[in-house]
Amino acid sequence: MHIPSHLKYTKSHEWIRLEIDGTVTIGISQHAQELLGDMVFVEYPKIGRKLKQGEECAVVESVKAAADVYAPMTGEVTEVNSELESEPEKINQDPYAAWLFKLKPADLNELNELLDAAAYQRIIESEIH
Amino acid sequence: MLIFEHSQPGRLNYSQSPTIITKVTDIPQNLVRKIPPLLPEVSEMDTVRHYTRLSQKNFSIDTAFYPLGSCTMKYNPRACNSLAMLPQFLARHPLAPEDTGQGFLACMYELQEILQDVTGMAGVSLTPMAGAQGELVGVAMIRAYHESRKDYIRTEIIVPDAAHGTNPATAVMCGYKVVEISTDKEGNVDMEALRTAVGPKTAGLMLTNPSTLGVFEKNISKMSEVVHQAGGLLYYDGANLNAILGKVKPGDMGFDVIHINLHKTFSTPHGGGGPGSAPVGVSERLLPFIPVPVVALENGTYRWVTEKEIPQSIGRMSAHMGNAGVLLRAYIYARLLGAEGMHRVAEFATLNANYLMVELGKAGFEIAYPTRRASHEFIITLKNLKEKTGVTAMNVAKRLLDKGYHAPTTYFPLLVPECLLIEPAETESKETLDAFVVAMKEILTEAYTEPELVKNAPHNTPVRKLDDVKAARELDLIWKKTPS
Repeated sequence: MHIPSHLKYTKSHEWIRLEIDGTVTIGISQHAQELLGDMVFVEYPKIGRKLKQGEECAVVESVKAAADVYAPMTGEVTEVNSELESEPEKINQDPYAAWLFKLKPADLNELNELLDAAAYQRIIESEIH
Repeated sequence: MLIFEHSQPGRLNYSQSPTIITKVTDIPQNLVRKIPPLLPEVSEMDTVRHYTRLSQKNFSIDTAFYPLGSCTMKYNPRACNSLAMLPQFLARHPLAPEDTGQGFLACMYELQEILQDVTGMAGVSLTPMAGAQGELVGVAMIRAYHESRKDYIRTEIIVPDAAHGTNPATAVMCGYKVVEISTDKEGNVDMEALRTAVGPKTAGLMLTNPSTLGVFEKNISKMSEVVHQAGGLLYYDGANLNAILGKVKPGDMGFDVIHINLHKTFSTPHGGGGPGSAPVGVSERLLPFIPVPVVALENGTYRWVTEKEIPQSIGRMSAHMGNAGVLLRAYIYARLLGAEGMHRVAEFATLNANYLMVELGKAGFEIAYPTRRASHEFIITLKNLKEKTGVTAMNVAKRLLDKGYHAPTTYFPLLVPECLLIEPAETESKETLDAFVVAMKEILTEAYTEPELVKNAPHNTPVRKLDDVKAARELDLIWKKTPS
């Protein structure tokens, strides 16, 4: 299972990357992409929308299911990856490059509460028998 | 080809044409359509051929082995259908007076009694019209019970992670917060997780037993004790009742409420073949809340019991007596089996599942819970096969279609990677099961020798491998007339 160590993760299978400008980039993990299968649609949050940590804010839909994406941190949406609108399969090809949206976090300390790669790995293992 | 594409102007299907033409004059002009509706104009014979061809393309339990078992649809005995279609049943109006419908009411009363007896509950209401509605009724009664005691602090329903997705959905629909608990390596609910989750906020626990993992919850008595001691109630999801029918009673396990999927365990038509039906059974303490109407027998006469006599009832789930036609079929099925036949269902369902599990194990398939005896179903995991050959559970499922078998349930339960959930049901013979094992064995060999053959399956079906992504992204649902 590919879980890059420089990223942070959530229990609900989002990955989070802190950028130099203080924003965070959010996508879904390799594990989530594998479980969902071939992607067919992506629905983004509106730019400028203020999100609370844990709030449903995007949807990824595959041939098997539609899954909600949750805001990993509180903050304001600054950018969405509209490329995925016509090519959602990019999430399957490289989930860590195919980001969904960027947030300007209200409190960067929230980043420390997120899971590191090792903790996320344990979560995945505990979910699978 | 769609029926519309067979259409030629002027062709008539006489058997479908009206025999009497009535002129209607009282419809306001603005509501009368100016252009005739676009309907296919096809001759009777072409219509017959069209639908016969469609039925031949369909894979059903009437054509071959269907290892989805009671989970999807068991064989529907023809007797149930023909008896439920007696004109006296078909022509009965739901609002007909009780004294002209004693026969129908007697069937409903006896079905209530049979279900009550076989599940060990104190009362049964037949009205919920599908499994999901049965669940909604069950949890609504749990809520009504706590509220009648002014016990408002209970806001949580505990659901194991192996549960059907409808369980947490039902709990949320009834206003509860879902607390998920984990499963141990043997497929049992983790008792420690349960003890931690249970508390003063617990309204109830929803459980399927045998579970979706195809194993019986060994600790059910202890679980029931833990939940009851905390003041919570136990909900039994009847999806897997087929495995224990007539052998173990959910009432004896301590359950307070149960829904019974007649369209699963009691062999009624289901899916594309007919509506569902999910009677609920309750323990003494939930009796005041059961949905109405129910049927009572007094001095040799059957009558409806309504809100007047059950004022705390959670209400009505359907306009009349649920899916009456389905209830009748289930009643006839139960009467054909009798008490004796009822446990033979469970015995043969589990015997067939265990036989198939052992034989597939011998054939080289990896059993997900090898230390456990199967209930009426079991799981194999193709995780290792996928790693070695790239062949997935979905590929194997599609290849089975080529061999003349319907695929088993794939990728459920979610806890087991690359899984096939196999349920033969009690009606299959040893010869059929053996032939299925041969087909599975062939696919396993092909996965190693000709993996592309399996990955691109099916090859012999009327429709080949579908482009799922294209189908989802470019939906094509409406036929439009192309200008000729």
